[in-house]
Amino acid sequence: MAVNFGSKRIVTGAHYGLRDWLAQRVTALLMALFTLLIVLRLVFSRGPVGYDLWAGIFSAQWMKTLTFTVILALLYHAWVGMRDIWMDYIKPVGPRLALQVFSIVWLVGCAGWAIQVLWRV
Amino acid sequence: MSAPAPSVRPPRPEFRNIHAFKDLPSYRLPLAGIVSILHRISGALMFLLMPFIIWMFDTSISSEISFARFKSVFNQGADPMPGWFVKLVALALMWAFLHHLIAGIRHLWMDMRHAVSKEFGRSSAIWTLTLSMGLTLALGAKLFGLY
Repeated sequence: MAVNFGSKRIVTGAHYGLRDWLAQRVTALLMALFTLLIVLRLVFSRGPVGYDLWAGIFSAQWMKTLTFTVILALLYHAWVGMRDIWMDYIKPVGPRLALQVFSIVWLVGCAGWAIQVLWRV
Repeated sequence: MSAPAPSVRPPRPEFRNIHAFKDLPSYRLPLAGIVSILHRISGALMFLLMPFIIWMFDTSISSEISFARFKSVFNQGADPMPGWFVKLVALALMWAFLHHLIAGIRHLWMDMRHAVSKEFGRSSAIWTLTLSMGLTLALGAKLFGLY
């Protein structure tokens, strides 16, 4: 096994420690609780699930702030996960870096779009 | 000292480097391993379909007019794609989300309880697969208007 820690860290590696492991779990928990909140608000609603009910869920400022946080959590969670996939299957540094850059562009673009939609409601 | 009984069974195959095409078809993954690779596949699927997810968020929530368009894309389809295909993609996303969520809760449970035993790995894998497939089928039946 080639040494890839200490002074031999590679440019397309992870952070070699607890931080991403913990971040992956904290962001996951936040998204799971957010899912539960949305499901509960839909289950305990009255009348048919139409536009007014659906848009109403996201209209309050606290819900916008929470959803904004969840979008950022999703961004980071998906980044850690995709980076793990590239690190497991793509070994040469060049293509791996290209795919990691693509993942960041993809995710930041998606997050920006989602945040824009959120404040349109 | 007696010699050990000669082995009747053929030697077990050894996997040092797994070749995707030569070894994977004959590689017997335990159920926990199937949950694990599906966790990865479902995550990658949601990553790739993220623009579709945000498109759904966008059209369903922006205005009543866009909400009506959202419904018509699922019922009548949008120009190149028939409605059933849009629903099929949504169904794949529902499975991916449910599997990823339940397998993730399994992960958190194992972290908290230090429940890393072979038996728990297998039984919780069965639960994960059953729950995610069952919920996907139930919600999919709703999506395709079976009830």
